[in-house]
Order: sequence, then structure tokens, then C-alpha cells
Amino acid sequence: MTSPALWSTEDMARRAACEIPAGSIVNLGIGLPTQVADYLPEGHAWLHSENGLLGMGPFPYEGDEDPNLINAGKQTVTILPGGSTFDSAGSFAMIRGGHVDLAILGAMQVSATGDLANWAVPGGKVMGIGGAMDLATGCRHVIAMMQHVTKKQEHKLVRSCDYPLTAARVVSLVVTDLGVFEPTGDGFRVVELAPGVTRDYAQARTGAPLT
Amino acid sequence: MSGRHDHKVVASVAEALAPLTDGMTILCGGFGLSGNPEALIRGVIERGVRELTLVSNNAGNLGKGLAQWLRAGIVRKVICSYIGNNEELHTRMATGEITVEITPQGTLAERMRAAGAGIPAFYTPTGVGTVVEHGKETKDIDGRRYILERALRGDVALVRAHTSDRFGNLRFWRTARNFNPVMASAARLTIVECDRLVDNGAIDPDDVHLPGIHIHRIVHVPEHENAFEYRTVRKRP
Repeated sequence: MTSPALWSTEDMARRAACEIPAGSIVNLGIGLPTQVADYLPEGHAWLHSENGLLGMGPFPYEGDEDPNLINAGKQTVTILPGGSTFDSAGSFAMIRGGHVDLAILGAMQVSATGDLANWAVPGGKVMGIGGAMDLATGCRHVIAMMQHVTKKQEHKLVRSCDYPLTAARVVSLVVTDLGVFEPTGDGFRVVELAPGVTRDYAQARTGAPLT
Repeated sequence: MSGRHDHKVVASVAEALAPLTDGMTILCGGFGLSGNPEALIRGVIERGVRELTLVSNNAGNLGKGLAQWLRAGIVRKVICSYIGNNEELHTRMATGEITVEITPQGTLAERMRAAGAGIPAFYTPTGVGTVVEHGKETKDIDGRRYILERALRGDVALVRAHTSDRFGNLRFWRTARNFNPVMASAARLTIVECDRLVDNGAIDPDDVHLPGIHIHRIVHVPEHENAFEYRTVRKRP
């Protein structure tokens, strides 16, 4: 059996960008989700960065970078016209108060009930929680983005997470290199499959029933 | 008798840090290496205090900023939200030299906001159903479960501002603001390190980011390293 052409991370980012309604406030998590910004039409949405920035723009031109203008991943960024800066307490009040419409977050596991695990690997090095639990709990909608299976081919879409949880029952959609999946409680509904990926191929790589 | 708001501007970092003693809880502003009070951080090591509890979002990185405290062996406990690639903290956590309490970032900020506002504890849904809930009281309010988180107060806060007037009214620059204002409000003694020092009245009252009521000592430090953690750029068209 030949392997189908899976979505690249660029394909995943382009697909996740389609889930962002015009005029919404969006927080893109560190790593894979950061790339989603590359596929948003100019002026489509307002990007929030939890270290205290709303209206985040692209990376600065060479020579314009400012070490005191960074995103939550500590990368140098820019501010778009209409943007604003604020302190950490105010920033997290926006998140915890439900003012951020959508978070797109990297994930290690997502369960059929929408539980999210994305901050620690059992027995692995503890990297910390950062803003992950606040974003997953406080934002109105959460989309998870990840490779469909681990490098060892272990399932990451599972019946229930065995990695430490970030938040329970929060994920409404998962974008992977195999397609787009919606947690239904008992399993995952197939919203879309990458070209050439069959339902059987996806099911074999998913730890809960696909419907 | 004099209040705490006379003659706040001090001549040196050493004078600013004179009240520090061993075992204090110190809140230190900054997100990663951005908005760090760099001279005060170095000054604490020279001051020679030890056994500190450090509250900071990251506790330094790349060997810079607060990583210098970890290397100097003057910290016994860190309360932070993120460790990431901070090897100084990973190694000392592994050997047990430093105890680390990891807190969600929003809870960390809100615990200090609460301390500064006279709120002893508050309920939040962040962390429900996770390890963060362990050992804490919970309560169901209108059908949702919440964790009781306690206010976090410091003996001393070390903060960085772009501009201060002589009363300590502050303005910050871009995302260097981060934890600085909330930490300034949550300590018994708050010391600000400012890039620019101006006379009272030079900052319009409506443009003050943090009122000087939260500031007790001011030290003017014009030069800063402002290290980059990840310098990311795009090509000019």
C-alpha cells in the first residue's frame, strides 16, 4: 500500500485559517498555529498575543526588530494600525473573560470528548504551562492543530487522554495532516480528509471511532 | 515623620536594594528577557542576599536575566508559569536545589493583581480537571466548577519602565510592560528601574500607565542590553 499525500504544515495552516471568521479576535499558540497568520487575508482578524498585544502584525523587516516588541513565543513582531499594548493581568482578563473568540493551539493529544493535552509529556522534561490552560479554558472556541500520530505512530486522537490535561471538554475541531475532525463525545466526525487519505487509512491512525 | 512617597529617586542600584534581606519573596517583572530590570537583577547578586523565593514568568533564559540568580545559587524557590529551554532552571530543579511551583500564566498574574487589590483569594476555572487543581479547594458556582487560588504578595518587587517621573508615575514601552505593573502593585516595597527619568508634570496625567502610588524607590538606568531571545525578521520587498 502506497502512502497517500498527507497535508503539509502549510496545508494545515491554510485549512485552519478557513475556520477564522472575519472580524474575530484570535490567539495563535506557539509553534504550528503561528503559521496560520500567513494565510489570513490582510485585515481579516485581530491577533492577540497573551504577553500583552492586540493587533499583532508579521515579523519586522530586517533592521526594524525591537527586543521589547515580541509575541508569546518571544519572537520579534510588529503592531498593525489599530493595535494596542497592555499588561499581563489585563491580557489574561481578556482571555479569561471570554473576550477572545478563538484560540488555535498545538496539541499532543485530543480526546473524543474534546479534552486537550498540550503542556507535558509523561516522564518528559517539564516545559511549563505558560498561557495554555488560560487560553484553552477562557477562549470561546478552541481548535487544536497537530500531526495525526506521533513519530512512533502512536494515536493522538484518542478516547481519553493519558497525557496531563490542559483543559477538559474544550476542543471543537482538530486539524491534522490527515484532515479535519470534530470530537463528538464517542469518537470523531470526519469533516474533511486530505486528498488521497481514505477513511480506513484515517481510522487505522485514530484511537476512537470515526463517524 | 515622613511618608513612603518622599524622595523616591535614589542615586544607585545598591542604595535602592539596601533593604533586601535573606529569605525574601521577590517579584521580578519581565516576559522572557523583555522588560527585565537588568541592573536591579545584577544588583541583587552583588547585594549578597540568599534563600530567595523568586516570582517571575520565566526566571530568565539563555543564561541571561534571572538565570544569573539561579547560577549564583541565591534562589531556593521559583514560582513561574513557563520554563521552556531555561537550562539553568531545569538542572537545578532536577537536583532539588530549587523547588519550582508552576502556575498558569493568567493565574500567576491574577494572584498578584488580587494581592495588590486587597483580595485574599479568587475562584477561576483555569486548571479545573488538571494537576493545577490538586490540593486546592473547589466550588460549583452556577453549574461550573472553579478552583480557589490565593493572592500572591511579595516583600519586594523589581520592575522596569521606559519612563518614570520623580513621583514614580510610569510609562512602559510596547510588550515590555507585561508583568511589571501588576507586580508593582503586589509588594510591600517596589523599586523601579527606568530608562528615562523626567520631572513631575512631564507625563500628562492621562498618559500614565501605572500611577506612582505603587512605586517606592526609583533608580535611573539609561543603558540596557535588551537581549533578543528569538530575532525573527522578513526580507524587505
